[in-house]
Amino acid sequence: MAPVLTRNIRPGGPPTGLREYEAAGGYVALRQALTRHTPAELVAMVSEADLKGRGGAGFPMGQKWAGLPPFEQSERPRIYIANLDEMEPGTFKDRFLVEGDPHQLLEGLAISAYACQAELGYIFVRDEYVEPARVLSRALAEAEQAGYVGRNILGTDFSFELHIHMSAGRYICGEAMAILNAMEGKRAIPRTKPPYEVQSGAWGKPTVVNNVETLCCVPHIVERGPAWFKALGKAKDAGTKIYGVSGRVKRPGSFELPMGSTLRELVEEHAGGMQEGYRFRAALPGGASTMFLDSSEMEVPLEFESLKEIGCYFGTGTVIVLDDHTCPVGLVHNLQRFYSRESCGWCTPCRDGLPWIEGILAGLEEGRGEPGDLDLLRELCHHIHGNTFCALALGAVVSIESGLVKLRAEYEAHLGQSGCPWKDRH
Amino acid sequence: MLTEQERQAIEEEIARSYDRQAACIGALSILQYGRGWISDEAIADLADLLGMTRDELDGVATFYSLVFRRPMGRHVLKVCDGAVCWMLGGQSLLEHLEQKLGVERGGTTADGRFTLLPICCLGDCDHAPVMMVDDQLVRNLTPEMLDRLIAGEEMPAR
Repeated sequence: MAPVLTRNIRPGGPPTGLREYEAAGGYVALRQALTRHTPAELVAMVSEADLKGRGGAGFPMGQKWAGLPPFEQSERPRIYIANLDEMEPGTFKDRFLVEGDPHQLLEGLAISAYACQAELGYIFVRDEYVEPARVLSRALAEAEQAGYVGRNILGTDFSFELHIHMSAGRYICGEAMAILNAMEGKRAIPRTKPPYEVQSGAWGKPTVVNNVETLCCVPHIVERGPAWFKALGKAKDAGTKIYGVSGRVKRPGSFELPMGSTLRELVEEHAGGMQEGYRFRAALPGGASTMFLDSSEMEVPLEFESLKEIGCYFGTGTVIVLDDHTCPVGLVHNLQRFYSRESCGWCTPCRDGLPWIEGILAGLEEGRGEPGDLDLLRELCHHIHGNTFCALALGAVVSIESGLVKLRAEYEAHLGQSGCPWKDRH
Repeated sequence: MLTEQERQAIEEEIARSYDRQAACIGALSILQYGRGWISDEAIADLADLLGMTRDELDGVATFYSLVFRRPMGRHVLKVCDGAVCWMLGGQSLLEHLEQKLGVERGGTTADGRFTLLPICCLGDCDHAPVMMVDDQLVRNLTPEMLDRLIAGEEMPAR
């Protein structure tokens, strides 16, 4: 497969600068978009390309753009936000893309802003992403100077003012409605919807929020066309994906592959299989907020559609591999400590339900587990489903629910006084 | 009181922002960069400058986990306690630091040198376990590297 998103990225090397990016064909798509297409045509193009959001939810980009109110009737400025609040445990693909090829994101953002007729944009960066912010800052200055961002881009009527906004912590900021409150300088509590952000977002203006990787796909769709993009996928979904693999594999890392590549290909071929002495037990295919897949599911294409068919989420497509030396309950407990700490506190099922769950898992680990605990865990998860203000708690419960099924034996081994059978095994 | 330099930097931040309140996180970062932490007095001064109430601004400052409302050590160590770092030994590295520095996670050493914080996934899982030493990401951590850090050595660039 010829690299698409990674064509300018040198793993371990410096970011691609503007001259290099241009020499490799960069910003041609932006010129094409602004001079040959109307915003409506670009919306149609991206819809036809079936580009789905790579931030975790997999929402079709074209559908999101089509949800904007007609330009003549909408409040201005329309706002575009690139979400670089990457904090989903196990996820490192957006850092990889930005540190390797920052102009790809800027070009994708500029084209998308034009398609959505947004005049003001922000790259929302988590505070800890110091290096990505530095790289972006330099690239943005280069792009502004070259006329790719800012007033009258490439001599057209389209102007797009772009800023980098540094956040200050908290996972919830990356949630699509919470990010709006964060941008406004408020506590990042999610908002009720409707209205959706495309109707009334930051400061009440129509706002589009997209993940970094999703935006990076846009220049390629414009340059090569939707049919080309769709044909890149091996199964049902379109395009390529920056997959990630981490855990006790021989070669953890980021791998650009066709959408729909399998777990076996990723773990065994690209990541080199398990390290000596370790065996594969299960995997979370898309970061923490997805369901466990076990060794009977190695051939399932890792993509939104195929995973939905087996009741799983694709999430961010960065795989966390669970090995046989790691306690599965311990892993889920670690995840629940994360989720309960990151709860914004607004709604009861999340604020009070997640610590309750975390406490039960702690009890299982410490030898205080009782037979009724597993049913109680399932019941608590059931009560959280569909009853929370945002999807953070939903993300929390899916690893528990799937673990109770696929890792049942290990959960049951924790019942009774001795607690975690792995405690001396690390 | 805000210094003239702080006031100017904050006004520049406001000029780049949608409105005064939208600048508050950037403004808090500016103050924290120079002072290490945000005191009650800083909240009061900044709230006045931004046209927010003190409660509103403190509500924001205490929501965001990387705005520090207590004095911090000269160096802030953020050790990732995310799932992959946890699987690859991150817990024992955190414990190693607690033991060697004589401080519990969340605490600051008696000499004011280090504050030790757990932090959620730093987005570098293929190099786990990782941590940040102030603004620097340090990856593929070992206990020996932590000992060199404590001894005052520079951490390897990436």
